[in-house]
Amino acid sequence: MERPLRLVTANPLDQLARTLEALLVVASAPLPVEELVAATEDDRERVELALGLLGERYHEGRSGIVLESVAGGWAFRASRDAAEACGRLFERPVQRGLSQASLETVAIVAYLGPCTRPEIARIRGVAADSAVAGLVERGLITEAGREDGAHGGAVKYKTTPMFERVFGLESLSQLPRLDDLPGDVDDLRERLHAVAEQRSA
Amino acid sequence: MIVRELDLDLDAFEGPFDLLLTLVLKEEVDLADVDVAGIVVRFLERLAERDALDLDACGEFLVLVAALLELKARGLFEDEAAELSELEPEEAAEELARRLAEYRRMKEAAGWLAERLSSERDRFFRVGPAPFAPQPERRLAQQDPESLANVVRLLAAEPPAVSLAHMELRFPPVAQFLERFRALLARRSVFDFDSELEGLSRAEQAIAFLALLDLRRSDEIRISQAAPFAPIRVSKVGQESAAVNERTNAWNVRSA
Repeated sequence: MERPLRLVTANPLDQLARTLEALLVVASAPLPVEELVAATEDDRERVELALGLLGERYHEGRSGIVLESVAGGWAFRASRDAAEACGRLFERPVQRGLSQASLETVAIVAYLGPCTRPEIARIRGVAADSAVAGLVERGLITEAGREDGAHGGAVKYKTTPMFERVFGLESLSQLPRLDDLPGDVDDLRERLHAVAEQRSA
Repeated sequence: MIVRELDLDLDAFEGPFDLLLTLVLKEEVDLADVDVAGIVVRFLERLAERDALDLDACGEFLVLVAALLELKARGLFEDEAAELSELEPEEAAEELARRLAEYRRMKEAAGWLAERLSSERDRFFRVGPAPFAPQPERRLAQQDPESLANVVRLLAAEPPAVSLAHMELRFPPVAQFLERFRALLARRSVFDFDSELEGLSRAEQAIAFLALLDLRRSDEIRISQAAPFAPIRVSKVGQESAAVNERTNAWNVRSA
């Protein structure tokens, strides 16, 4: 069947893009593509194309609102140019005052999670109770079941989408590989042996 | 330098070292929360401020910190203590190196996250709870306005007074138990109070006990109990000595 000729050709994705724009403005957390597909009742491919269109429109330097792919979904945020003004009006309780202990704890949960408080304490060498409680309160980590045990083992923790969003990660796979981080056993072993030799000399 | 006066400023504790030791020994500070590395760093800083190496202070410090570390390690890894003590020195060094490497990697990862947090500090976004999923729409059939008026009328009516009858405690009169016990004593000279109370509520048992005290006050009965919480035996006055004689005789017979 032939389509009728139109004098002004609108981009066929425009209407879909407008709908996606509306959904993203209402959402308070990143929306995965699957949810956008379900809400628009459209094809995944078309939704992705429309997201591409929106990405061009809501781009850093072009708009005060920026579309980003973060924490496994799509979300709007303020442009970096507006950060100063935003900072004068809005608080960021999740990020504020994250201590070294909290950062080490959240790093352990991000890399080794789901993991328990005793496992975190074993790596850090200090009790993890207060750091874990603080991170749960901030919404950066959350409970993820229990260890197997006769009377219900220790609670396990994992990071939340909020963690990925706060640190600007699309997913945990964006974290540097653990093997790439310096923590060379050989180097430490040599230093331990050197200390031992010095002591026995 | 006096080690015990070493000023500390840790997450879990702020003050002189000897106060920390005292609090740890009194179990008022949990050693698991104390960053021992922080203490060592503070000591090294103080040591570096001086030109001469204070061997006495170093020795004392080493002993104290070693003791603290041992206590802490036992507290943190109770189960592992036995397992690790079986390790050969080489294996122990290997295990230590492995754990230090693990911690160092995590420290690096934390550093990476801190940098990331700093570079992302100008990203502002909306934070909120997940929105509610839509509720399925309930369509009502055509309604009669009169029935709505009827319902409103019902609501406007004064509600009936709330009855508190179920909250009252009902006590049987003491006299009821007085009569019961007197009748019992007319038939039997001695009875077991506890077995008479079987099946009664707590309130009824209390009233029965009041009746018992009343009978005792009017010198109608004698009350005896072999030991605290043992069954209470009630005997009619005048019958008591006979009962005692009976028991004594029985005891003599059995022991003879």
